[in-house]
Amino acid sequence: MTNVLFTEDHEWISVDGDVATIGITDHAQEQLGDVVFVELPEVGKEVAKGDEAAVVESVKAASEVYAPLSGEIIEVNGDLEGEPSKVNQDAEGAAWFVKIKLLDTSQLEGLMDAAAYKAFVEANA
Amino acid sequence: MSQTSPDNTALKRTPLYDLHVGLGGRMVPFAGYEMPVQYSGIIAEHNHTRNAAGLFDVSHMGQAWLKGADHEATSRALEALVPADIIGLKPGQQRYSQLLNSDGGIMDDLMISRSAIGDSEGWLYVIVNASRKQIDFAHIREHLPVGIVLVEKPDWALIALQGPKSEAVLEKLIPGTANMSFMSGNAFKCTTAGEPYDVYVSRSGYSGEDGYEISVANRNAAALWSALMAEPDVEAVGLGARDSLRLEAGLCLYGHDIDETTSPIEAQLAWSIGKRRREEGGFPGAERIQRELAEGPVRKRVGVLLDGRAPVREGSEIVAKDGTPLGTVTSGGFGPTVQRPVAMGYVSAAAAAPGTELNFIVRGKPLAGRVEKMPFITPGYKR
Repeated sequence: MTNVLFTEDHEWISVDGDVATIGITDHAQEQLGDVVFVELPEVGKEVAKGDEAAVVESVKAASEVYAPLSGEIIEVNGDLEGEPSKVNQDAEGAAWFVKIKLLDTSQLEGLMDAAAYKAFVEANA
Repeated sequence: MSQTSPDNTALKRTPLYDLHVGLGGRMVPFAGYEMPVQYSGIIAEHNHTRNAAGLFDVSHMGQAWLKGADHEATSRALEALVPADIIGLKPGQQRYSQLLNSDGGIMDDLMISRSAIGDSEGWLYVIVNASRKQIDFAHIREHLPVGIVLVEKPDWALIALQGPKSEAVLEKLIPGTANMSFMSGNAFKCTTAGEPYDVYVSRSGYSGEDGYEISVANRNAAALWSALMAEPDVEAVGLGARDSLRLEAGLCLYGHDIDETTSPIEAQLAWSIGKRRREEGGFPGAERIQRELAEGPVRKRVGVLLDGRAPVREGSEIVAKDGTPLGTVTSGGFGPTVQRPVAMGYVSAAAAAPGTELNFIVRGKPLAGRVEKMPFITPGYKR
């Protein structure tokens, strides 16, 4: 059973054992508008929480996606390079960005669940 | 992904604000106004404008009449501030020009029309950028001779209809507009919901397509907008697509591609300076502009196409293949019609020839691209 968590930077994190799959939320893609380019990190790269992990470009602007957790990038979603608009179509599913092997799972403490994230978005609308 | 909540206090609204909100427009602060950046999505709105007709609220722009005793007197007053041939305008004819500072730098770009309204001898109609209107109007007033007055029209809205279906759509609502030539304007009567009112229509725009800009009194703006939106070929288009459309069309955005440091010659706008004005001078910064016309400018505005999929944005450094700095990107983004990243910027004159290979520094890494002739699209202007 996987467990989906959310950050205040509008990322979702699906955890399976010590591997976290990370993407941007549906709310985030809606705010960005049409996504035209996604730059992903190299597999094998070590990232620390808060490092720039990816860049997502809409028609108007570039936005950084920061690593919400520390660990090693073990897989990236290469489909997004050819089809960046997938981010608009299925942000919280097929358009995941990276998979990170976590240094330790205690970092997950304090992240929001779906209900808390929904409340966070509404409070900041 | 960080977000900021803009401070919306003191932002102005156009007479169409409620209609934008009703259409699902995402309102953002722009030049002191709350304006729609997009409705359905920038790419869809962009493509709709290229393929059918897009409707834009550009009421934030500054509209004014410059009024004097006769055409020559009013034109001479304006020619002291801009390098275009204004005296030579025929009734109804419209021209693009720039307000220049004493160094020949661009204070703003603007559209100037000679009135075609009966009994309006000596009237010129000007449209300036929203972000510059206070500065522009104060500057114009300061330099007007006795007998010429500037009358601002904050009680007028401005609606742009752009795209290949614009002609057929507008002819139904405002008969006679289909026969207008490109860069001309005239007064018309428009009737919507049984009520007739005055409009001033010019055949011009900022998208690279055929189209119109329609001045209408604030009290009639919503009725005209709604009548146009009721046409099946028309969809509302926000500022996001307005920017991607004008970028593909190679048109300058003030404060980005042109500003007080750039001259019209550097900006590749020499086409907008008439032969008589080039020879006679008599406009601010004429010495620099005549020298740049004769010897060529040190730097030039160019269009660029990127080889890859990553867009290059305003502020990115432009370097030669050997790393020599050449200039800076002034506008950049994704071109939905050309289906790839497009940009414009300034480079040293020696690197401005189409085909010149360049690198763009994006997030510390060089991206390859080349100078490309603008516009990036085939314009649809009425000829």
